Parts: sequence; structure tokens; C-alpha cells
Amino acid sequence: MDFYGINPAVLIASLMVASVPIMLAAIGELVVEKSGVLNLGVEGMMIMGAICGFITAVHSGSQLLGFLGGAAGGAVLSLIFILLTQVFLANQVATGLALTLFGLGLSSLLGQGYNGIKPPPTGMVPYGPLADIPFFGRILFTHDWMVYASIAVVAAVWAVLKYSRAGLILRAVGESHDAAHALGYKVIRIRVMAILFGGAMAGLGGAYVSLVRVPQWTDGITAGAGWIALAIVVFASWKPWRVLIGAYLFGGITVLQLNLQASNSFPIRIPVEYLAMSPYLITILVLVIMSSGRGKASLNAPAALGRNFHASR
Amino acid sequence: MNRRTLLASAALGLGLSFGGAAEAQMDKVKACFVYVGPIGDGGWTYQHDQGRLQLIEAFGDKVETAYQESVPEGADAERVLTQMALSGCNIIFTTSFGYMDATNAVAAKFPDVKFEHATGYKRDHPNVSTYNARFYEGRAVQGTIAGRMTKSGKIGYIASFPIPEVIMGINSYYVHARKVNPDVELSVIWAYTWFDPAKEADAAKAMIEQGVDVIASHTDSTAPLAEAAKTNGAVIGFGQASDMAEYKPSPRVSSIIDNWGPWYVKRVGALLDGSYEQVDAWEGIAGGEVLIGEITDAVPAEVKAEAEAMRDAIAAGTYHPFTGPLNKQDGSAWLGEGEVADDGTLLGMNFYVEGISGEIPQ
Repeated sequence: MDFYGINPAVLIASLMVASVPIMLAAIGELVVEKSGVLNLGVEGMMIMGAICGFITAVHSGSQLLGFLGGAAGGAVLSLIFILLTQVFLANQVATGLALTLFGLGLSSLLGQGYNGIKPPPTGMVPYGPLADIPFFGRILFTHDWMVYASIAVVAAVWAVLKYSRAGLILRAVGESHDAAHALGYKVIRIRVMAILFGGAMAGLGGAYVSLVRVPQWTDGITAGAGWIALAIVVFASWKPWRVLIGAYLFGGITVLQLNLQASNSFPIRIPVEYLAMSPYLITILVLVIMSSGRGKASLNAPAALGRNFHASR
Repeated sequence: MNRRTLLASAALGLGLSFGGAAEAQMDKVKACFVYVGPIGDGGWTYQHDQGRLQLIEAFGDKVETAYQESVPEGADAERVLTQMALSGCNIIFTTSFGYMDATNAVAAKFPDVKFEHATGYKRDHPNVSTYNARFYEGRAVQGTIAGRMTKSGKIGYIASFPIPEVIMGINSYYVHARKVNPDVELSVIWAYTWFDPAKEADAAKAMIEQGVDVIASHTDSTAPLAEAAKTNGAVIGFGQASDMAEYKPSPRVSSIIDNWGPWYVKRVGALLDGSYEQVDAWEGIAGGEVLIGEITDAVPAEVKAEAEAMRDAIAAGTYHPFTGPLNKQDGSAWLGEGEVADDGTLLGMNFYVEGISGEIPQ
């Protein structure tokens, strides 16, 4: 079943792996934005997660602890954002950008001396005969456990937002913090928890990059993945399953364009420049198509997004 | 030092250079370096910094060094260079192609400061020199190993940007792989980055999935080797710019090491003893600027011997990696039997040799 040297099962399997970091970061940011906070510091939190996870994994020898360390690193950095925007009511956009710059610098400082070290290897999940199922075995049963964990996180966020009382309160805070406050909900406390969750997810995504996808530490390792995650949240019009679709689409086209470049037997030679820009181009295209439709998707943004709350108002 | 004394000392410096002999001996040299990436990249910038450390080792107190990391190639570079020139640097090494115009612009304003630009070709002022390394010589050695080692007959090259240096590398790699393995097929992926570990890993992965089992890269990180390492020895690769010894003995079976130290020592030494002159240097394996990292035991002894013979022949000057007969990709003749490519053609190389499929992005 090869199409000009490209095996679709292999392609799908690798796009699932390639999408994990942006999917985790995007689902975290979705929760943050659903609570009415715009945190543009995703890139900074991701890279902090990457280095903290790496350091933890190297010293403990355990990949699981590494992921926990990564999540903690991202969450700790987001504390700065919480302090500035939720306590001192600083501008969220400016604070988020500062967080990214700070995270990049701090991760570089922390990472001194960690170049050229290998983290503990990824343990493969034993699949037994499942992996031998034709086509689907290759797609579904060849991954490390984080791939499944990331999908589980998306499902959990979806279920919580849609069906639980906690999700309803979170959405209420994001739509109208004044109304939520009048009902007696602790707006700041809820937002703080959402931001911490977002930080932890971004950190987890970053740790996936430094522990599994590119098992090493180098400065600037996330290379802009956090910005893509931010775009995917808008792309998904703040709906969890669409985050998964968006991340798979972006990851899929990235993997496909590399495969098309590497394949010498593909009949149509698409110029490399177009292939290289295709993931971004298609993301923009889908964004335009989705928001031009009956206007529903574009109106789906939480109403209080980016606005600070103070009980005195 | 406040601004007034800074300007005064700068003016004094200018006055001295106009009044006295420009090429006089110096007691102490301050050498400054502008880096395009972080020293921690493990590749390109790391090697330049190793060169800086060798400089300190060689001259001790007689040399003082300063550097700045991650300087963007653009207006910022000019600002950094001006600052360095004002702060008393006697010689400034700008270590990336993109600093070319900034280097020449600042050099015009500081005629008594020496500027050395890596991998460029513009020397608009008498105080600007350029230096480069013949990386394609190392690619010839890698190509030989790749041609012998591939089992699938498919080899790969992760390319950065379509500039002559990279195209030279691709051609040299392919020509020498084909020489020992006529059926070899080359896949090229243009990553459009010097440094993006995730993308480099993805590129390596795409190649591996399509059956490529020897991967050379022209990007700066160790990510392609890390990806190859996941295959348990089925796929091999090479260290790029730095030795990348942590991936020995496999997947890293050899490497191209950019060894800038001797050049820096030579130039600062020349400044110290007064023999400094403007030059356009392009050294290779023979000059010690390009080192071939240890070929590991993952490679059979006879292949290792063959690759080392290639290295030694290039070092001795008896073999040039671009020796005819060679045709261009479209089949037109490029080099006749026994003809050797001249440096001008190489430095402007914008075509593939015959046998490589795909197009160079323009």
C-alpha cells in the first residue's frame, strides 16, 4: 500500500507523534482562554517545561518524573503571569509576550551544562499481537504512552467543559466575569487554576519535545511551537476536539511535506518553497474558511477574553 | 568608562592610527566574536567558541576576548559591531554569512580595527578579511562511507538553505557515494533553517520512513542523529560542524569538525607580531580547518581505510573532490576528463550534478 514510496499508515503514525507537543500546549491554552485569560506566554512555558523536564529526567533517570518536572516547570513560570495579571492587573498581552522572552532566556540559563546529554530512553508500550494488525496496528499501536495521554487529555477537557459543573463555571467566568462574580464564584481563583493548568500542559508539551521527539537539550528547542499552539486554539474556535483536528492537520502537513521532499518517485514535483510554507498556508486557509461561514465560529471567542477582573468594578 | 572618556579614547585611537605605522607590533590584542546562535547549539557556534578558547590558551595574557551570542543577522549586528569597535576590540570576527554587509559598513567607520568575516566574499575595505573552510572536502569522505554503508541504496541529505556552500556539500556527497555505489539514490530535504531541532528530527524521520539508511545533515543540531539512534543501528549519520561524539559509535560513524582555532591563533598572532595583512582564506583538510572526526568501528575496516585514504589524498592535494568527468543535472558537460573545478565556480555553485533528482529551490 505505498503511494510513491509514502506509506499512509506510517505517515499517519508519525503525524500523531509530531502533533503531541502542539496539541498539549493548545488544549492547555484553550482552558486558559475559556476562563477569559489570554496568555501569549505559551512558547516560554513550553521551553521551560522542556528544560525542567529534561533536568528532572536526567537526574532521576525516570522519564515519568521528567514529564512531571516539565509540567511543574511550565506551571511555575505561569505563576509569574498569574502574579502580574491576576494580582497586579497588568496587561495580559504584554505580560504574555514578556513571559515568552523570559522563559527563553531562563531556559537557556538553566540548560547550561546539559548539552550533549541523553535523557533516559522512551519505554515502548508492549502491544503484543495488536501491533501486527494490518494498517491499523501500525497507526494505533506503535506509539509511546504520551501519544495516548495527550488524546486522553483532550477528551477529558472536552468532557469537563461540556458536562461538568466545574466546566460550566469556567465558561461562565470566561463569558462574563462580572456576572460570575455576582453569582458568588471566585473569578480570580478559578482563573488562577486555569492558568496553572495551561502552564502545566504547555510544560508537558515542551517536555515531550526534549524527552521523546528530539531526545536532547539545545537552546531554543521548541522553535516556535508555542505560537502554533496559540493559532490552533483560534483555529479550533475554542472547541477541544477541533484542537485535536487542528494539531493533526498541522502536524500531518508538516510530516507530509517532508515526505514529499524525500520521495524521489512522486510524479509531480512541487517546488520546495510551497511545500515548506504549506502547513502555515493551509492553517490560514482553514482559518479563513471557518470564520467566513455563518459567522458562528468567529463569534465563539469567550466574551471576556483578555479582560482583567477586579471585584471593585 | 563614561561616554566622554570613551569617545576621547576612540578619537585618540583614530589619531594614533593616522599618525603612526598601522601594522606595528602590539603588546596585547583584544579579540571579539559575534555569534549567530547560542554557544550551547553543540555545532556551528560551539566550534567558533572552541576556537576562541584555543586563542586564550595560545596567547594567555597577551589576548583578551569578548563575545556576544545569538546576534541577529541584520541591523542589530551593526549595532553590536559598533559597540565592540568602540569598546577597544582590535580584531572582530563575525561568524556568519549574514553579517557580511554589517561587517563592511562598520569596518568603513573604524579603519584601525581589523574585521574578519566568516564564509563571506565582500572585502570592501582594506581592514576586512574573509575566511572560510572547504566543507565539501569532508562531504567527499562522508559520501564514500555513505555509498559503501547503505543497504537500501538510498542516502539522505538534510539541507538548510539553497546557498552555494550547501549545494557544494550535496554534490560532493552524492558524487562520492555514486563513485563507490553506482545505483545509489539521494533524497534531499530542504529544512529552511540552520537550527530547529524538532524540524530536523522530523526531516530525518521522514527519510527513515522512506527507506533512507544513511543521513548527512547540513543543519546545526544533533537532532537527526538522535532520530537515527532510535532505529538501533539500522540508520547511520554523521556529526556536523562539531564532532557530536555523544552519538558514537553509532549512529554517528564519522563527522566533519569545523576547526577554527588555528585560524584565530594565526590571525591574532599576526596582529601581535605586526605581520597582519588583508586576506581571503579558504582552507580545507590540508590547512587543518576541516577535520574528519574518528571513523568508528560501526564501519567495516576496509570502508574505513577507503574513507581515510580519500581524506589523506585530499589533504595531500593529490585529489580534488570535484574532478571530471562530471555533468550537470541536465546532462550538459561541466568538467571534462581530469579537469578540476575552480574556486569561482564552486563559490557560486547553483546546480546539481547529474544523477540527483529534484530541483534546487531558487
